[in-house]
Amino acid sequence: MNGGRATGLLMRIYLWIFFIYLFGPLVIMAVATFNSSRFPTVTPWLGTTLKWFAALAADNQMWDALVVSLIVGAGVIVVSVPIGTGAALMLATMQGRIRTFLYGVMVSPLLTPGVIIGISHLVYWDRYFGIHGGIFVLIVAQSSFIIAYVMLMVMARLQRFDSTLEEAALDLGANHVQMFRRVLLPHLRPSILAASVLAFLQSFENFNTSLFTRGLDNTLTVYIASKVRTGLTPAVNALGLILIVVTVVGAVLYEVLRRRERARAEQARREALVERPLRRLEAAAVAGS
Amino acid sequence: MRFGEVTAVRDVTLGIRAGEFFSFLGPSGCGKTTLLRLISGFMEPTEGVIRIGGRDMRGIGPNKRPTALIFQNLALFPLMTVAENIAFGLEVRGVDKETRRKKALELLELVAMPEAVDRKISQLSGGQRQRVAVARALAVEPKVMLLDEPLSALDLKLRQHMRAELRAIQRRTGVTFVYITHDQGEALTMSDRVAVMSRGVIQQVGDSAAIYDRPATPFVASFVGENNWLFGTVRNVAGGHAVVDTPFGPLRGRAGPGVAAGGKAILFVRPERLTLVDGGATGPDGLNRLEAAVSHADFEGNFANIFFSGAPGRRDIVLQLTNDGAIPNLSAGTRRRLAFQPDHAVVLPEGELASE
Amino acid sequence: MREVVRRYGVALTGYMVLACLAWTLGLIVLPELMMVDYSFRPNLLFVEIGGPKDVHTLANYETLWRNTIHLSIFFKTIWGSALVTVVTLVMCYPLAYFLGQVVAADRLSTYLLMLVVPFWINEILRTFAWFIILAYQGPLNALLLWLGLTAEPIRFMSGDGGVVLGMAYAYLLFMVFPLYNAIETLDHNQIEAARDLGAPTWRIHWRVVVPHAKPGIAVGCIMVFMLTASSYAVPAILGGPSSRWFTQIIYDWFFEGQNWNQGSAYAFILLLLCIGFILVMMRLFKVGLADIAK
Repeated sequence: MNGGRATGLLMRIYLWIFFIYLFGPLVIMAVATFNSSRFPTVTPWLGTTLKWFAALAADNQMWDALVVSLIVGAGVIVVSVPIGTGAALMLATMQGRIRTFLYGVMVSPLLTPGVIIGISHLVYWDRYFGIHGGIFVLIVAQSSFIIAYVMLMVMARLQRFDSTLEEAALDLGANHVQMFRRVLLPHLRPSILAASVLAFLQSFENFNTSLFTRGLDNTLTVYIASKVRTGLTPAVNALGLILIVVTVVGAVLYEVLRRRERARAEQARREALVERPLRRLEAAAVAGS
Repeated sequence: MRFGEVTAVRDVTLGIRAGEFFSFLGPSGCGKTTLLRLISGFMEPTEGVIRIGGRDMRGIGPNKRPTALIFQNLALFPLMTVAENIAFGLEVRGVDKETRRKKALELLELVAMPEAVDRKISQLSGGQRQRVAVARALAVEPKVMLLDEPLSALDLKLRQHMRAELRAIQRRTGVTFVYITHDQGEALTMSDRVAVMSRGVIQQVGDSAAIYDRPATPFVASFVGENNWLFGTVRNVAGGHAVVDTPFGPLRGRAGPGVAAGGKAILFVRPERLTLVDGGATGPDGLNRLEAAVSHADFEGNFANIFFSGAPGRRDIVLQLTNDGAIPNLSAGTRRRLAFQPDHAVVLPEGELASE
Repeated sequence: MREVVRRYGVALTGYMVLACLAWTLGLIVLPELMMVDYSFRPNLLFVEIGGPKDVHTLANYETLWRNTIHLSIFFKTIWGSALVTVVTLVMCYPLAYFLGQVVAADRLSTYLLMLVVPFWINEILRTFAWFIILAYQGPLNALLLWLGLTAEPIRFMSGDGGVVLGMAYAYLLFMVFPLYNAIETLDHNQIEAARDLGAPTWRIHWRVVVPHAKPGIAVGCIMVFMLTASSYAVPAILGGPSSRWFTQIIYDWFFEGQNWNQGSAYAFILLLLCIGFILVMMRLFKVGLADIAK
């Protein structure tokens, strides 16, 4: 530990400042939703109101953008999860320098700035295929790096898979597709689901890439950004507050589910520890008789 | 059933009869697992051919061969129930649900576990999982059942119980079992015939008595059971017996294959075939005698092992006496005479021995 | 590849190969190549493409060199990004140290959760929150006036100050976590030993903790620099007309100047800048490519 109470106190002050700095802006933004001032702020406080939620609900462009975001998110899942899973299976089995090279290429979009990805896809699809910016380009551009996330998640789960199970299935007469469907896929299902959720979230909150590939459509995040510069009202705060609440609720739910899953695994393990010795006694009794 | 191929290391040619319980016995790394993978189809031989039921298996994948493999870690599908595991082979062949369930129950009866039909794998004990693995393999009605050291993870009592069970199942179903293990007790008690392997080469194939009493190579003699090794040079060979000049004097034993006068040889005699005698250097009845000093003794309940110092640089000579209430109390350094019948000893040319 | 066929069969392997090719070639490599190629071509009308005017040229790159405004913005972007990187490094180091060496294990997950939750909220919204705070009539100015520290409200967002503040806020997490990961692996006994030998706190950090944390520092700096250099939303929201960011110029080339070739060239320059920074960092801190620990 840091010696000296002065350092300890300093650390405590620092931590307080840090977390106020972290949470403060969010709190202020949330609270400003209820201020009837037309410019979102907490000073001066002109009156408490809920009217900005109504204004938000009446904003048709916002709904359009939300729909676009949802469609793009769904599309990204559809594209990313199958490709990412396939890439994970292939890379997990391959070896050698080709594998390392492929891995490098596949992970590179995670390091590439989002604007570069957006621009490259915009130019690529529009000028060489005649497909203008819009939902299709949004989906494929985002997928180029979201697939990498999916792949990494599935690969992690694959590492904990006992490959003799695959061999057992083959040995019992299954062909490869049957083996995949009945043995491998059920094992991967949790991570595929998690990857789907991750893919959707990454797509939903993406900005840099979407900015360039959206064409005439708008995703929700781009719409929010544009509203801040033009036609700003606390309706934006209302949207922000809703998103914050959803995020926090989602986080809490995730944590609760995770804790419950861990408790369930503990329970199963405990049961096995008690039941197994009992059965051994059984077997010994049978052997002795 | 016959097969012969070249493993990555050595070549193997032998035939296994239908309905036989055949074991491959050998220390780890001897190649027995490789053989199993070759037979089951997970590896293709670089040279040679594998035939099952007269049919050449080349190019036929593991899912199309009439074999069923029981893995060392059993490889039961953790996300399926017992019944689903057993019926898996039928499921992938398109058998309908009802028939599958019926077959699964039948097989569970065979392995004496019908009550476990809908349990999860995680709820089973080691012995139960074994039986489910066997049932699962039997469900596809293989011509050859391959077992990869299936009992090594079980404790002693359970292992002995499962040995009898597996043997019984094999007898009842008549399926050819090919069993690999490093435990010679298992191999000898369960099998019709045993092939002893070392470093990718088959040393000897025979039934338990042949392997134990008439080893063909020093490796077999030293790996199977306990054995005393006495090194020397062959003086002569006559009438199926060979006389070997050893540091303890000339000793006579049955001549094994490849023994020739003048060659270096090892005389093997089992600890339980030695007796303590008084009297002269050689007996009138043709018994071999050797004199040695006591090193130490182990009392193990139903028998005792008395260790005598062997030739310089060599291991101790072990004498095993059954506990008939009259085990002599020998102190270290006492010199005693040991004797054995020539027919109870085997002389083999010097060669690879099993490591301690 | 043979291994894959053996393990998964021909049909599945065929699918995997197709999927991977479609992804790596079609979605990663080709678009990049096309963009770079496009950047070397002049801005032609549709009918002129493929014609005699369609040649490779460095003209688009020269534009940046000649345009003093753009050039100054480019250098300002570099300078600003470096500044944000250093600021976040200084800000986050104590926290990373606290999390990695000081805090007890059971409280750790709580702290981490508290740290992560704000970053689940969209970057746009968090930047917007700062927009509210820094507004001319906003709470920060109100606070400053109330405390008597200034006589008049400050226009935070007319210069680069607001942008730097906003970025330091937005990209904090990407500096904290690599630092924390690196510091956490340090055996605490080393610190104890150093203290026992009489070293003062600052020296302990300088000679024991920082060298150990070098990979984490490198990764953190790389991430923050790249994010700030290629950030659009923060400068767009928190910046004024006098504080444009390089990405905003690129955007204008695409959607106001309609010169995609020019925009591609600028974008490629940005990419080279980021790659260059990575290489410099790797050389400076002697780290390898083991940094995909996100």
